[in-house]
Amino acid sequence: MREVTSERTAHPVLIFWILAGWVGFLLLPWYGIEDGFFSFGWLLDGYPTDTDYAPAAFLVAQGEKTWLAPLLLPLLAPLLVLRRRKTDPAYAKILIAAGAVGFAWLIAQGFGIGIRGWNFAWLETAFGPLGDRQFGMGYGAMLLASSFLFLFAQGIAARGAINGDVFVVSAVSGIIVIVTVFVFFPIAKLMLAAFITEEGGYSLLVFAAKFTDSRIWSLSCVTGPGRCGAAWNSLFLAVIVGALTTILGLVFALVATRSGFRYKRALRALTVLPIITPPFVIGLAIILLFGLSGSVTGFFSDLFGIRPTRWIYGMPGVMIAQVLAYTPIAFLVLIGVVEGVSPSMEEAAQTLRASRWQVFRTVSLPLMRPGLANAFLLGFIESMADFGNPLVLGGNYDVLSTEIFFAIVGAQYDQSRAAVLAIVLLSFTLGAFYAQRRWLGKKSYTTVSGKGDSGVHPEMPAGLSVPVYTIAAAWAAFTIVIYGMIVYGSFVELWGVRDTLTFKHYLTAFSMRLEDGGIRWTGSAWDSFFTTIKIATIAAPLTAAAGLTTAYLLTRQNFVGRNAFEFGTMLSFAIPGTVIGVSYILAFNVPPIELTGTGVILVISFIFRNMPVGVRAGIASMSQLDKSLDESSLTLGANSWQTFRLVILPLLRPAILAALVYSFVRAMTAISAVIFLVSAEYNMATSYIIGRVENNDYGLAIAYSTTLILVMLTAVGLLQVAVGKTRIGRRTGQRTGQASGD
Amino acid sequence: MTTNMVGIEIKDLHLSFGETEVLTGVNLTIEPGEFFSFLGPSGSGKSTLLRAVAGFGPTPKGQILIGGRDIVDLPPWKRNVGMVFQSYALWPHMSVRDNVAFGLKERKMPVSEIGPRVEAALDLVGLLSMAGRMPNQLSGGQQQRIALARTIVVEPQVLLLDEPLSNLDASLRVQMRRELLALQRKLGLTTIFVTHDQEEANTTSDRMAVLDGGVIQQVGSPQVLYDTPANLFVANFLGTANIIDGVVEKDGAAARFVTKTGDAIAVGDTTVNSGSIVLRPQNISIVAKDSANSISGTVMHREFLGSQIRYLVDAAGTEIVIDQSHVSGETWQDIGAEVSLNINSSAAVVLAS
Ligand SMILES: Nc1ncnc2c1ncn2[C@@H]1O[C@H](COP(=O)(O)OP(=O)(O)O)[C@@H](O)[C@H]1O
Ligand SMILES: [Mg+2]
Repeated sequence: MREVTSERTAHPVLIFWILAGWVGFLLLPWYGIEDGFFSFGWLLDGYPTDTDYAPAAFLVAQGEKTWLAPLLLPLLAPLLVLRRRKTDPAYAKILIAAGAVGFAWLIAQGFGIGIRGWNFAWLETAFGPLGDRQFGMGYGAMLLASSFLFLFAQGIAARGAINGDVFVVSAVSGIIVIVTVFVFFPIAKLMLAAFITEEGGYSLLVFAAKFTDSRIWSLSCVTGPGRCGAAWNSLFLAVIVGALTTILGLVFALVATRSGFRYKRALRALTVLPIITPPFVIGLAIILLFGLSGSVTGFFSDLFGIRPTRWIYGMPGVMIAQVLAYTPIAFLVLIGVVEGVSPSMEEAAQTLRASRWQVFRTVSLPLMRPGLANAFLLGFIESMADFGNPLVLGGNYDVLSTEIFFAIVGAQYDQSRAAVLAIVLLSFTLGAFYAQRRWLGKKSYTTVSGKGDSGVHPEMPAGLSVPVYTIAAAWAAFTIVIYGMIVYGSFVELWGVRDTLTFKHYLTAFSMRLEDGGIRWTGSAWDSFFTTIKIATIAAPLTAAAGLTTAYLLTRQNFVGRNAFEFGTMLSFAIPGTVIGVSYILAFNVPPIELTGTGVILVISFIFRNMPVGVRAGIASMSQLDKSLDESSLTLGANSWQTFRLVILPLLRPAILAALVYSFVRAMTAISAVIFLVSAEYNMATSYIIGRVENNDYGLAIAYSTTLILVMLTAVGLLQVAVGKTRIGRRTGQRTGQASGD
Repeated sequence: MTTNMVGIEIKDLHLSFGETEVLTGVNLTIEPGEFFSFLGPSGSGKSTLLRAVAGFGPTPKGQILIGGRDIVDLPPWKRNVGMVFQSYALWPHMSVRDNVAFGLKERKMPVSEIGPRVEAALDLVGLLSMAGRMPNQLSGGQQQRIALARTIVVEPQVLLLDEPLSNLDASLRVQMRRELLALQRKLGLTTIFVTHDQEEANTTSDRMAVLDGGVIQQVGSPQVLYDTPANLFVANFLGTANIIDGVVEKDGAAARFVTKTGDAIAVGDTTVNSGSIVLRPQNISIVAKDSANSISGTVMHREFLGSQIRYLVDAAGTEIVIDQSHVSGETWQDIGAEVSLNINSSAAVVLAS
């Protein structure tokens, strides 16, 4: 039954991308639609003749935008390969040439010609004045660019790259291009922006002047009463938060695994908190407790007759809030590590007559060291990147993330200062990221084999368990009070002033009326709430798809530059949201990719912020699937795309669900990048809440936050139910992969 | 079906993982319909070579021809080879029937044809009644049979088996390898079988290749490899061998192998001047002292193996293993006894050093 290979007739994928290119050029509006990506009003509004909506072919035919005409050449060239064999060298050559030339031309014209004609003076000198201009690229340009990219990919596949696997080559090129466009390009723009003079030229002096600013690097708080620079403040705060979260995380991990503590499941539920809590909400609760009119403050001032102070605003408040918010993350990391220490190693030490304390100190703790470093660095990066808490609680304690915000949004509007600050912030987090990878080397990816370790972890030594229990209990109580405060606070009329209970805040935010047979969403929060849900719903599947595809490529395929590829896709993890926000503004408010003020930019920022988590989740579950599962599909005649779809994806259901819900929830709680990217039309819940906080409208802010937490708790709960069910199927499934004889 | 049997030719194949070369200059011809084994210790490159035929792993240099067509540049799904894995690799989310039908669906076979073919394949492995089960409801042996059915149902040109029996327990392993061979004969399917177990290779193969360090050491039938190993590695790897160094002395037509201790063993015609002599334990017998063509020594150790008794004899510093078949009631040599060894010189093989 030898398959009579259809090498002569053109491959359907090839035809698809050739057609897509022509559709992009002939039919779709070439430039971006003002009303937004998802609006289709243009179909009835002058298309295709109106210049705003016209396809490229129409524009060129009318003698406009003549620089688009050369695109016809790379569009026509691929037609030549339709009747050729794949093995014909010309097949690969033509596709590579057409794809590369077309893509390069698109980029060149996009950057060369902007809203004021030529973008560069030397082009004007070379070719004379242009007398025409162009705006951001739209559907047509996007589709044509994809067409060129994937034709190029098919060309290199035909030349034999990655065994001639079109799907893998296309996926790798696709991901390289989107990561370049949406991670590296904005960061490059950001770097450049740090050198821009007021006249629009470039100068090293600008960078030097802004970089040496004493507001960044001053150390006067050490020597006297002055204020320290934002860089030192951020660094100091991040180190303390990193250390404290690591210690507390370890404490909880020990309680959860090395003690007779009975409510371990409840403890584990703690790990869900940071995912479903918008970061600044903790800050709000702290204000309710320790602020000027906070309950604790009130209690002590009544008791001792001291005047309430604003001590909480500044370093102490931000630190407490961040430690509360990020301890569960450290716990999440460390519980895996503490459990991963093989009991047999500890038992071996015990049989050698080491006391429990000696075992803990000499065996368990050193084995956990990489995990501790990991937890510290996560806390460090989170603290550096946090925007909400410093904004709410920071007072005079300037940190980099808020300084960046004020440089862009505030009265100073100083792009290059924002860029310089962002570069400093980025250097810190990338430095930490780099240090972590250097220090842990390959170790960070080795997982516990799960085989043969039937032992039980020894309990903690008694001398350790007393302080551990005390700290854990105190902290757990504090967390409960904080979350209690959040719920309670949402029902209080005016905190610390009028303590009557009321639904007022919920009503203001979420009231609705039945009117004319329809519902009118009269509450002030509905707008941002629906936008948030919509954006998160669009972003989640895209994030999961990008993350899992990347994970598939990293675990299942070998190609040149794989390590660089992995590094590139994980990099955005170390880029603070604030930096993403600023760099997106700098990169995408001018053609060729004009996205600011749209919902698309929010969706994209979420995809690249949350993709690394999807990658990690995907890698973790894919490395549990034996490679022979896909290899047997490949030998049975399914190509790699069919194998991915029919074998791998169905077995990855739990990872897919996890990635979906995680990216959905993160999209709803994120603030640091969002705050730069929202617009009047696309306002997100978090930025709306921050806005209320800035107006001292705490009641509404807290009511809205509580609602968000509940919505997300429901989402996570649904996930647990769904994944719980599928996991049963998978566990038995795994047994088949390694069953022993009967 | 036996009419379109194809042979496999591997020509000067080199394969590296990054910098390290794992296969070096592999040349091999496998006849149409042959049951061929790759035998070698763990890490010798057997799986790598098999996977290169299937299309997995780094692209090798050199040629792999199946039925005369070079397939090195083809992806796995275009090679028309079937592969069965050690882990069975049944997809846990599909029923037995869906697992077996998968390859046929991928080949766009009409649904009306798929059903009968799946049933025929399941019938062939004797598991037709299990069609509706999920893989995790089957025992290891059954899973392995389903994996086999899933592979042969698409009628591949070549069947590749990578240690398919090593996850089964001992008795099932013997049964399965007989079934496998019977099935292979019935289908006339050119088959490559990878194993590190010489018994498995010996009992099934028409011919086999012994690999070590990514290099083919020798190719031949099990008997040829055992009786006339081409080098010390093969001699040692297949069964037990006594290997004694020395030189060949020629005297007209007769040749003698003289060991370092001066003992002489008559050997047949050989081109080797100095090297080693390979003596299988069962080709040496313990005889009365001082007979001709013998070496004298002292019994050091004795093991009773049931059908045989194994002696370890010290002959002037060289340890020699001797297997005597055991006859009920016979008396054994005592430890410390002085004995003479008689060597069946027609079974001796002389290898150049
Ligand atoms: N993916 C890989 N990367 C690097 N080296 C490998 C890889 N797979 C196998 N090897 C090396 O190739 C050699 C042969 O391996 P293999 O073919 O699996 O041996 P066998 O199947 O004979 O036990 C071994 O030295 C092994 O370490
Ligand atoms: Mg192997």
